[in-house]
Amino acid sequence: MSALLAVEGLGKDFTLHLQGGVTLAVLRGVSFTLHAGECVALTGPSGAGKSTLMRCLQGNYGADAGRILVRHRGAMVDLAAADARAVREVRAETLGYVSQFLRAIPRVPAIELVMAEGVGREEARGLLLRLNLPERLHGLPPATFSGGEQQRVNLARGFARPRPLMLLDEPTASLDAANRAVVVQLIHEAKARGCGIIGIFHDAGVRDAVADRLFPVLPLEATEAA
Amino acid sequence: MSALLEADALHLRFGAVRALDDVAVSIWPGEVVAIVGESGSGKSTLLRVLSGQVAPDAGGVRYAGAEVHALGEAQRRRLMCTDWGYVHQNARDGLRMGVSAGGNIGERLMAAGTRHYGAIRDAAAEWMVKVELDPARMDDRPGMFSGGMQQRLQIARCLVTQPKLVFMDEPTGGLDVSVQARLLDLLRRLVGELGLAAFFLTHDIAAARLLAHRILVMRHGRVVEEGLADRVLDDPRHPYTQLLVSSVLAA
Repeated sequence: MSALLAVEGLGKDFTLHLQGGVTLAVLRGVSFTLHAGECVALTGPSGAGKSTLMRCLQGNYGADAGRILVRHRGAMVDLAAADARAVREVRAETLGYVSQFLRAIPRVPAIELVMAEGVGREEARGLLLRLNLPERLHGLPPATFSGGEQQRVNLARGFARPRPLMLLDEPTASLDAANRAVVVQLIHEAKARGCGIIGIFHDAGVRDAVADRLFPVLPLEATEAA
Repeated sequence: MSALLEADALHLRFGAVRALDDVAVSIWPGEVVAIVGESGSGKSTLLRVLSGQVAPDAGGVRYAGAEVHALGEAQRRRLMCTDWGYVHQNARDGLRMGVSAGGNIGERLMAAGTRHYGAIRDAAAEWMVKVELDPARMDDRPGMFSGGMQQRLQIARCLVTQPKLVFMDEPTGGLDVSVQARLLDLLRRLVGELGLAAFFLTHDIAAARLLAHRILVMRHGRVVEEGLADRVLDDPRHPYTQLLVSSVLAA
């Protein structure tokens, strides 16, 4: 079966013009594939570039080398070369992203953030309740919520209409054990529907419960020495 | 689908100043494009050239197959009151201060061809509600409204004819921060509901992130960087964009 995602020779640098133009090389020659129903966990020490890789895959960071081929509408689209409109289209239909931080929009209540994903009020309510977000919070804008509450709104939004390819950046970072279990269940359900998932899971228990494979992201010095 | 408006190789000099130096821009239906840059970067000039108010020295602007700067004055006015809308930074420039709030909204509908008085009044009331103004104040003149309310009234006047493309020149400039947030949220909602394409000038990075799909960064009359809004802000490449993004104070 053909891949949902094929990353080929991905490279990413940051040139800091305000710091004398120093260039930091973060990713070099990253290659892997992901198939339907599979969950790959990115591992590696802090600062190795896991989140950078994730942001490149989402199109939030531009890749400097290589290709990011995503199966979109039956064809492989290279996100590394796609223009802004194409990236938006891939994100809308194919590529979901749940980060650990919610970018709150002023005045928009939690439930409407979830409904904006294209689900009805009842479904949105059900998902928020499943993630243990009390009903009295549903009608409030999440700007004043705690970190864990905001993250659960974010998760509800991400899983309301799961895309075929999901990127999860520390989805359980500020959650307690009960809520972590809900997230593990949501991931299993998404995989059973054929979603491919790439995740950074700080919590080893969650990682072991959901990941089929580990993909180590190593700091560049280590890669070069090897 | 194709671009709604396209401009390329725009050049314009004011004496020794290159206000526009080889600028190319396009916008697609439903797309919000923020143009950011400091004062003097050429962004206001660009907006005036794109909307047909100022002719470039070289280069062209095409809208729906027509060369905007080749249109006669009457055709351009027609475009301005049917297909396009223009939101000025200062609401007083976009409103008729001697005419009631309802009249300001209705007038544009009449200019676009609506004749039935009741329908016009109904539409004016409906739009006052949409921009969160009390329709009971329909007969008040804009001068009796606060700055933020005047700006919302201007937006209602602009959108009542359901334009396809809106030009917004720093619509939140000069307003209190709390008023800005409300206006931005309102714009975000309306743009989404109506599927508008909009050019949005701002020097407010957070506003650009909230509203825009795509960002153009201008400096010295040139587009120094452009792309997906979140990518330009989170992975800026050009030294000037890096400076702009790093200069924002996180609240």
